Amino acid sequence: MTLLAETADLALVPGRVVLDETVPLRAPWSAVVAAGDVLTIVDLHGNQAVDTLIYDAADHTRRYSAAATVTAQQNLFLGTGSVLRDADGEPLMTLVADEVGNHDTVGGACSQESNTLRYGHHTKHQHACVENFLIEGAKWGLGKRDLVSNINFFMNVPVEADGTLGIVDGLSAPGKRLAIRAERDVLVLVSNCPQINNPCNGFDPTPVRMIVTREE
Amino acid sequence: MTETLATATTHAARAHARAQAGTVTDAMPIVPASAWSTPPNGRAATMTWAETVPGGRYASKVLARGTRLRLRDLDGAACAHLLIFRADAPHERLNVADTVKVPWQAYLGLGHPLLSDQGRVLATVVADTSGRHDALCGTTHLAGNTAKYGAGELHSASPAGRELFTVAAAKHDLQPRDLPPSLSFFHGVKVEDDGSLVSTGNAGAGAHVDLLFHLPVIVLIANTAHPLDPNPEFGTTKLEVLAWRAPEELNSLPNDDPEYQRAVLNTEDAWAAATIETENRQ
Repeated sequence: MTLLAETADLALVPGRVVLDETVPLRAPWSAVVAAGDVLTIVDLHGNQAVDTLIYDAADHTRRYSAAATVTAQQNLFLGTGSVLRDADGEPLMTLVADEVGNHDTVGGACSQESNTLRYGHHTKHQHACVENFLIEGAKWGLGKRDLVSNINFFMNVPVEADGTLGIVDGLSAPGKRLAIRAERDVLVLVSNCPQINNPCNGFDPTPVRMIVTREE
Repeated sequence: MTETLATATTHAARAHARAQAGTVTDAMPIVPASAWSTPPNGRAATMTWAETVPGGRYASKVLARGTRLRLRDLDGAACAHLLIFRADAPHERLNVADTVKVPWQAYLGLGHPLLSDQGRVLATVVADTSGRHDALCGTTHLAGNTAKYGAGELHSASPAGRELFTVAAAKHDLQPRDLPPSLSFFHGVKVEDDGSLVSTGNAGAGAHVDLLFHLPVIVLIANTAHPLDPNPEFGTTKLEVLAWRAPEELNSLPNDDPEYQRAVLNTEDAWAAATIETENRQ
């Protein structure tokens, strides 16, 4: 009971705790979040990129679209109030609370293949987010064609005036949280980013905590 | 003449149909492409695609490795939304996130690689007289165009890019779930410091952008207004699409960045592994 009370306190939106799981460092995670429920993501140790894809739980072809999301809000960054939309512009989830800001919509997921371009061929066999998406997605019948540009919660990617962009030191810190509310039943697919070649994880992947609350 | 145009019988209907051929419009394919009167490289025999796409329509084609594709904004309000799939392995396709992340550059321009999800370069931008392109906003959807123009269906006068892509993809047996985020040419978008996305509009009539393909590809092109187009009326104009064989250009690429060079290495490695015949490359 004590644990549950603590969990409820950690959730950014009050409610009955229906899920509380810690995603180990480098690991994938997925869950169906019911319409109206709120997923709080806790960046336990700070500056841990949480690569996230969202699908309509009843129809996986309806999935998060970075383009539709940023075009609708005419802003590249996600923060409180951002509506996460599918490719038809329909809301999947809404970012209802956020202690960090400027979450990335552009950088996508790291992969073994792109790592060879970014850092050299010696990185080919390091862990990468696409591997996580594929192995976890397979549990739900999702394959490579179902992967699109994902959200990178707690990852900071500024764009300079000349278009130069890149992953720089994060804005998050240990214990910082955000909360996303499901606007319909959604499948949330996550890679707790294992990248060790850039500051998206502070060069040190760490666990994150997932808490789902339901209005009482 | 009146008799041959009657359509009451099969023979008359056939004659009526055949009499229509030879009509020339300002937005149609020229077949064979070698009949195109002004080949960009002066060698008509190398032409493989010559088509003008009206605003609100689409085109697609399978193109060989070593093809150079030119998109031209004829009248100053074209917007060419683009998707690329590897033709011999269509599950490998354009990845816009890697396309901006790997070269550390959000804006498309000369030398920019259009990367696949497998760490390979599908195409390189080898010429650009526009400088107004976008890799961030994707294309339009039915609900958006319906709200903005009153209609967004394929059959409407203001079709959404996603509707056009759905059909273009279907012709290559690709489904809506196969449609990744797309790029667009000839309507620029700028990112402000606070992340705001601002339309920078079009560069004017006549601008072109050229892509050189490093692998055999399926190209899908939807010519429809950009999602941030400030024009409240649908006003997309004609897009000229030309392609020709230019495999020798794979030997002189316009980008020395280490990330790009590794992308080319990966691509050549994959191509060499997948093909038996020796190429006519120096």
